[in-house]
Amino acid sequence: MSAAFDEKIHETLTDPKLQLAIYKATGRLVEERRKSIEPDVCPDYQELRTHAHAIKRHTIEHLDHYLEEFTRQVEAHGGQVIFSKDAEEASDFVLSLAKERRAHLIVKSKSMTTEEIDLSERLEHHQLESVETDLGEYIIQLAHERPYHIVAPALHKTREQVADLLTERLGVPRETVIEKQTMIARAVLREKFLAADIGISGANFLVADSGTVVIVENEGNARLTTSAPRIHIAVAGIEKLIPRAQDLAVFLKLLGRSATGQRLTVYTSFLSGPKRGDEIDGPDEFYVVLLDNGRTKLLADRGKRQSLYCIRCGACLNHCPVYRKIGGHSFPWVYSGPIGAILIPQFLGVRHEPGLPFASSLCGACAEVCPVKIDIPRILLELRSEVKKAEAREGAGRLERLAFRIWAWVMRHPRIYEMAGMAAASLAPSESAGWVRHAPFNVGPLRAWLSQRDLPPPAAKSFRQLWRER
Amino acid sequence: MAARVSLFVTCVVDQLFPKVGMAVVQVLERLGFRVDFPEQQTCCGQPAFNTGYREEARQVARHFLDVFAGADYIVVPSGSCTSMIAHHFEDIFGKEPENLRRARAFESKVYEFSRFLIEVAKAEDVGARLHEVVTYHDSCHALRELHIKDGPRRLLAHVRGLELREMDAAEECCGFGGTFSVKFAEVSGGMARTKIDSIVRTGASTVVSLDSSCLMQLQGALSRAGLPIRTMHLAEVLASH
Amino acid sequence: MSHETVLHKVRTALGRTAAQSVEALPPARLLVPEMDVEARIRSFCERVEALAGKTHRAHSAQDARDYASRVIAGRTAIASNATILSECGITSLPGVQAGFTDRDELRALCSSAACGITGADYALADTGTLVLLSSLHEARLISLLPPVYIAVVERNRLLTGLDELLTILPRPAEQTSSMVLITGPSRTADIEQILVRGVHGPGEIHVVVV
Repeated sequence: MSAAFDEKIHETLTDPKLQLAIYKATGRLVEERRKSIEPDVCPDYQELRTHAHAIKRHTIEHLDHYLEEFTRQVEAHGGQVIFSKDAEEASDFVLSLAKERRAHLIVKSKSMTTEEIDLSERLEHHQLESVETDLGEYIIQLAHERPYHIVAPALHKTREQVADLLTERLGVPRETVIEKQTMIARAVLREKFLAADIGISGANFLVADSGTVVIVENEGNARLTTSAPRIHIAVAGIEKLIPRAQDLAVFLKLLGRSATGQRLTVYTSFLSGPKRGDEIDGPDEFYVVLLDNGRTKLLADRGKRQSLYCIRCGACLNHCPVYRKIGGHSFPWVYSGPIGAILIPQFLGVRHEPGLPFASSLCGACAEVCPVKIDIPRILLELRSEVKKAEAREGAGRLERLAFRIWAWVMRHPRIYEMAGMAAASLAPSESAGWVRHAPFNVGPLRAWLSQRDLPPPAAKSFRQLWRER
Repeated sequence: MAARVSLFVTCVVDQLFPKVGMAVVQVLERLGFRVDFPEQQTCCGQPAFNTGYREEARQVARHFLDVFAGADYIVVPSGSCTSMIAHHFEDIFGKEPENLRRARAFESKVYEFSRFLIEVAKAEDVGARLHEVVTYHDSCHALRELHIKDGPRRLLAHVRGLELREMDAAEECCGFGGTFSVKFAEVSGGMARTKIDSIVRTGASTVVSLDSSCLMQLQGALSRAGLPIRTMHLAEVLASH
Repeated sequence: MSHETVLHKVRTALGRTAAQSVEALPPARLLVPEMDVEARIRSFCERVEALAGKTHRAHSAQDARDYASRVIAGRTAIASNATILSECGITSLPGVQAGFTDRDELRALCSSAACGITGADYALADTGTLVLLSSLHEARLISLLPPVYIAVVERNRLLTGLDELLTILPRPAEQTSSMVLITGPSRTADIEQILVRGVHGPGEIHVVVV
């Protein structure tokens, strides 16, 4: 584990206000989800999950086919599809288009994919103003931070912190009433929407049979982003494909419920190409940037490619007892929580943050709530094994490896195992002294255990001894 | 003739909580089973498997396959170890067809203790008596990998004198997680304390679970916090009278 | 740019070749329950109100017009070109402007008007959702920019839910560049999980069922 990871975790754990904020917010989302999938309101919830998994599996296994179909359909409706192999190609496309159209102001709606490629920062390097318009994202942008959570980016910010930010960055009088803070943001962003040259959105789903970009939201900022400016660019990972518009009957029901406990979110937009001849408003130009950026690398791994089924609902974060302790910023990339713990090593390499797949008690709550049934614990286990193999190649983690080798040898030799047990017991305080608070010797794992809790005294006689004496 | 049951007591119970093993034997014998303890047994290999050392896990798992080769039923007082044998042996023997076949043959023979009582012994009332208010902690692997939820509660409901009070976060992890508990000690400790808060709110004097490792984590944290709440394995509860 | 490169990488990763056939896709899962019109209206209104929207069941065109007039309450309003609005006489209410086909003109009015008024192509009973297809009759911004939104839905346009909508419209892209499902007023809970309505879109929704 890197020192930075360790430090971020410690910082989060020792900040009581932050702990409370994370716990309350995730707890509320857990509760809302629970209510929305109760059998009386959603009797077929488990069937929906099974079906969603089957559709995602089929699509990912035939992704080339659906990418081609999607491209043909977008073009048939007068839009354009741009394939980008990485972040640079994606942002270069946006930059060159902005330059050609003499654009200055860009409005953005919430998108994890554009966060992944740091699009806003890249645009700002070229003197383009790029404004996040989702309230949470806007706050995060003002604070120059990364999103804390996939669906609730500013989950960690208190109203006081938001008040300071608004005053400092916008020069408005300090306002701590949340409704009024929201209205301040609305007024600022309304001007931006009406003046923007380009709107950039993400996509929750890309529908192959219709060339449709589907966007799900509650605020209306994504509708404004995709309707007010003359140019709409949607940026999405290649894994966002689904075969048919009709499949949305399954996915929309799962997404809203899993994310926020809503049967449907406030706005669901089906966007298929630029404004048509007789339509009154909408963009004149429509582009879909399809991003690889490492996804084909994940795709090549048969066992782990299901990581690409993710619909970014955030349920695994809310239900993860580890995320609820360490929060979003402890993670070394934009994706956090259980899904982040499996995506980050696969995108950035297992040695980027080797501790990441180990930061889990493997409780399985994530897999239980995943609407597309990604087997996250199994993938974590695979990644752990990959980390250890990489360490062995690089000569790292020698002591632990040696310890496990010895352990495995002892476990194959029952007599030695028994003697080792007796030896350990003889070194430790007697059973009658109760649970142990201080170790008689200083071994790393023992010290780590005792830093948090007491240790049981070794039993005077092991089970096998008691068994023999019966 | 009485059915023969092979006990895999697990390394944690063998070394740290032998009374749990004795309690399992007592309950099974009371129900008329003949208990066999293959003395060559050690561990299922899970600690290595969960830490990413698959080769080491395989070595230990092969030993397990040998030791329990002749078993009719294998009863395990742990959801986690049961799941390792029933589900994850498959993951590590992918390239060893013969061992994979042997591991798969175990899938239908290996039973977590409470499941064995309900499904094979068909016993919900084992004649236990314990005057305590208890709360039940769903250990994660029993709950989510073996889908054990009602069984232990039904067994507890038949214990005379016992009152079961559900805690608000019964299904939330205690934070043990094997080597996670020492690799991320501070997070693990925090999880245990959160869990303890919900245990305390029930007013129960005892926490019951199926896994001694979860109970070690919880008892360790309870003891550190100076709380007068004890932990008991389900087998110990069922052996009481 | 990288069109072929990316597709080639995808195929290589999957072990597929160009134009290789596709296995059978699992069938679409669309379940349309039996539900009479009256039950649809009840469920729809219930759901809209659960989301803090207001509903009104109009007995006549005049009743719908009166309700709209009370909501507008002398403020400025912009109405879409939906036939139902002129049929109910809503477009001729004082303060209501309608009949726009020019984008810039429409946009300017939408950003200053207090109320936006549209029809609805469909409505979904089980979620309280309005479905609007962008066309000559319905512009995108009327239901979005003004802070108060009024929708007038004909009762025979009420579908049971999303499954029925996607059964009737298996490919919405064939009809329009933009289909939007609107379920309740615009909302956010991005600061301390406190619910605030009307963050970017309208915070107040009225649905008149005719």
